[in-house]
Amino acid sequence: MTFVGKALRALVPAWFVLFPSLPVPEYWVTVGNYIGLYAIVALGLVLLTGIGAVTSFAQAAFVGLGAYTTAYLSTRWGVSPWLGLPAGLVFTGSVAFLVGSVTVRLSGYFLPLATIAWGLALYYLFGTLEFLGRYNGLTGIPPLSLAGVELAAPRRMYGVVWLSVALCLWLLLNLLDSRPGRAIRALASGRTMPEAMGIDTARYRMLIFVAAALMASLSGWLYAHLQRTVSASPFGLNMGIEYLFMAVVGGVSSLWGAVLGAAVITGVKIQLQDWLPLLLGTEGNLEIVVLGAVIVAVMIHSREGLWPWLARQWARVQPPQPAVRPPAEAPQGYRDMPRRPRPARGSVVLEVREASKHFGGLVAVGGISFQVRAGEVVGLIGPNGAGKSTMFNLITGVLRPTSGEIRFGGERIDTLESRHIVARGVGRSFQHVRLVPQLSVLENVAMGAHLRGGSGALRAALRLDRHEEERLLYLASETLRRVGLSEVMHLPAGSLSLGQQRTLEIARALCTDPTLLLLDEPAAGLRLKEKQALAELIAQLREEGMSVLLVEHDMDFLMGLADRLVVMEFGCRIAEGTPAQIQCNEAVRAAYLGGVAA
Amino acid sequence: MDLGIFALLSQDGVTNGAIYALLAMSLVLVFSVTRIIFLPQGEFIGYGALTVAALQANQFPRLIWLLVGLGVMTFVVEAVSALRQRGAGQAPWRTLVRSALVWLAYPLALLALVRSFSWGDAPMAVQILLALAMTVPLGAMIYRVAFQPIAEASVLVLLIVAVGVHFGLLGMGLFLFGPEGSVTRPFSEWSGSLGAMMVSGQNVAVLAVSAGLIGLLSVFFHHTLAGKALRATAVNRRGAQLVGIATAQAGRLAIGLAAALGTLAGTLIAPLNAVAYDTGFVLALKGFVAAVVGGLASYPLAALGAILVGLLESYSSFSASAYKEVIVFTLIIPVLAWRSLTTVHGDEE
Repeated sequence: MTFVGKALRALVPAWFVLFPSLPVPEYWVTVGNYIGLYAIVALGLVLLTGIGAVTSFAQAAFVGLGAYTTAYLSTRWGVSPWLGLPAGLVFTGSVAFLVGSVTVRLSGYFLPLATIAWGLALYYLFGTLEFLGRYNGLTGIPPLSLAGVELAAPRRMYGVVWLSVALCLWLLLNLLDSRPGRAIRALASGRTMPEAMGIDTARYRMLIFVAAALMASLSGWLYAHLQRTVSASPFGLNMGIEYLFMAVVGGVSSLWGAVLGAAVITGVKIQLQDWLPLLLGTEGNLEIVVLGAVIVAVMIHSREGLWPWLARQWARVQPPQPAVRPPAEAPQGYRDMPRRPRPARGSVVLEVREASKHFGGLVAVGGISFQVRAGEVVGLIGPNGAGKSTMFNLITGVLRPTSGEIRFGGERIDTLESRHIVARGVGRSFQHVRLVPQLSVLENVAMGAHLRGGSGALRAALRLDRHEEERLLYLASETLRRVGLSEVMHLPAGSLSLGQQRTLEIARALCTDPTLLLLDEPAAGLRLKEKQALAELIAQLREEGMSVLLVEHDMDFLMGLADRLVVMEFGCRIAEGTPAQIQCNEAVRAAYLGGVAA
Repeated sequence: MDLGIFALLSQDGVTNGAIYALLAMSLVLVFSVTRIIFLPQGEFIGYGALTVAALQANQFPRLIWLLVGLGVMTFVVEAVSALRQRGAGQAPWRTLVRSALVWLAYPLALLALVRSFSWGDAPMAVQILLALAMTVPLGAMIYRVAFQPIAEASVLVLLIVAVGVHFGLLGMGLFLFGPEGSVTRPFSEWSGSLGAMMVSGQNVAVLAVSAGLIGLLSVFFHHTLAGKALRATAVNRRGAQLVGIATAQAGRLAIGLAAALGTLAGTLIAPLNAVAYDTGFVLALKGFVAAVVGGLASYPLAALGAILVGLLESYSSFSASAYKEVIVFTLIIPVLAWRSLTTVHGDEE
């Protein structure tokens, strides 16, 4: 690390510690406290919106729940402020769970709209309830006290506030660098890919929703004891919107961006509140005009926000090191990781019986039957629109068949969810690659190992998952070595060529420990050498007893590799046999080359 | 609650519902053409009502300063993008002159017009037209500056920008009109009775104007080229572009129409209730609840939803008046859940 780098690393934390003991005006310390309070909420929003793609305008209402809980308990019942925190967390967590159970399943723009509605409903509730003092709120909240010392002065609260920020930041950084963290990062790419890795997307969306609400509640608790009075107005929709602005301006997908965004927006707002009346001579609310203009400008010109821009400048001074590294040699317990037993060679693994899928009047798959045996490579071919990818989606539970059944290892799987099918040993790749482009190749592949570990979010946040994490990362790196991508392990997945991305998907599927591997056009976009390597890999997997079902258009690739081909046209099976038999089949020729089959 | 009160509440509910219906229509219109969830709709209610109130009180309508200012901004944005497009080639004089006329000369001409006459005693229709002459171009300018550069972005990005615009217009509203609410003159002093129920001319006017506007919109969409272009853009943006519809123009038109409807809604409310700069937002949100009932796509369903919201609000203001807003906004959640389940979404959105 360069000298500048070292100096900055030491100076930034030192600044936070030294700031309140400098002879700065009391007012500055107060501003620092508010930045800390906002940063905690914005951190939750980065987790929720920036990383988990769940946009929420309702965070201010959750801050309100935390603040009102402790305010009510301490003013009406004389409960210690320290007990107000757990009470607020439990209460906010429960409300968030209830709200979330209706909300997080909503799709598209319905979700942010629902959060607007929740935010408004809770805000009006705060202002209406008699025991919360209506719009006047609650006053006379006691300050926090520690060992007999009252933490009433802003300088004394400063430590509590910024320790809370640091704690939240530490927990979140830990969480994101772990098995559940990878699952959360996968949420932004939709439902299909994470579910195909065994990730329960509804559960993780709920998890981040509640986690963000808990952080908002913590901020509310601090606010109540800092301000010593609460009323409804700071928990309204406008504040909810401002929290989102902080996260967006700072860089909605980076945790440090949340702290930066809170500081920038608060700082700018305070400056504007001081200067605008002097310039324009009115007691207006003009700072929100500037705030609105800033957010429009940020969204038009640099949608990623300030922190990513700063990070790029910093990368020139200090080239970044890969954040996630696999252990150099097999960690303890790696060899004992459970592996699925392989079914006896030649036994039926996958059986599709009269499966059909209708989309309204369109018959995509019309009553098709075939089998795949253990240790067999079967190619599923046919012209475009023949229903091959629909067939894949039926087998992997993305779609439900209209009729017929699909059995895997003798068990019906056509009624199961994707994540339960992958748990039984069906791994897959996608026709259009589905990766998390900004994450490293290694982390993308480690997503496939989701079901090989069991650490929950709490263990991960507290760093108790490191043994398991080492095993998972080592497994991912070994798999990458096997498919020939270990050179690019630390690059962002989005920077790879299309062929390499397809290979990455195979490695990810292999990490799920499948006994049946479904590959959707794996050779598309690969160069000749890469195709040969891929064919070798598939042949090797077959040697190990793996069954492979391939959709592929490259006949040269299939002819040398597949044991059997199933040909589809217009959703029906028109031929089945060895590659040589299929090559001479009249119906297949007619399907591919046109003309009337004799 | 006896029958008389019930009838009174129903009348009130339907009157409010008619106004929500106007707002719901314009939200549906803007969303389907541009995919923008147009939260700033509410600000036009305040702008419209307060401008008419200022004209009636023989005060200078300060909204025109915003028009002049945004006009300059729009001209700069347009000029920069025109110059960039031509690169080193000949300067695009024609484009520049045209946009100077539209964005610079028009607001100044309007300013001169407003300055040179006294509008206090003019018929109300003229005052409303003058307010529209300010708000509609304002809508078009907002689209040009804030939304057109990111017309292809995701719904969420557009929503965040819409929230930014809402903040900007709200702050400007306070700056231009101050925090006080204003009431305008009623459309008519008439009042009569319908059976046991008292009917005021204002209520009748609101219903008639809303119904008339909805009818006009329907004619516009089905029998004019511009209306058909909007519908085509709503169905398929790319396809509309391919057959030569300028989608940017469609977007401007949609937001201009929304601004007009917002302004009219404001002038309809102002004789009944005082309207302040920030009254509109909550009204627009209720229009929005109604629009969501129609999945942001269906005009008749949105209108029906609006009447429902109006009635619900009216009845709950009688039996649980303090919780009126809580009830209305909690109501939206099951509706959203239902719409979300019955709408097919792409996986990536």
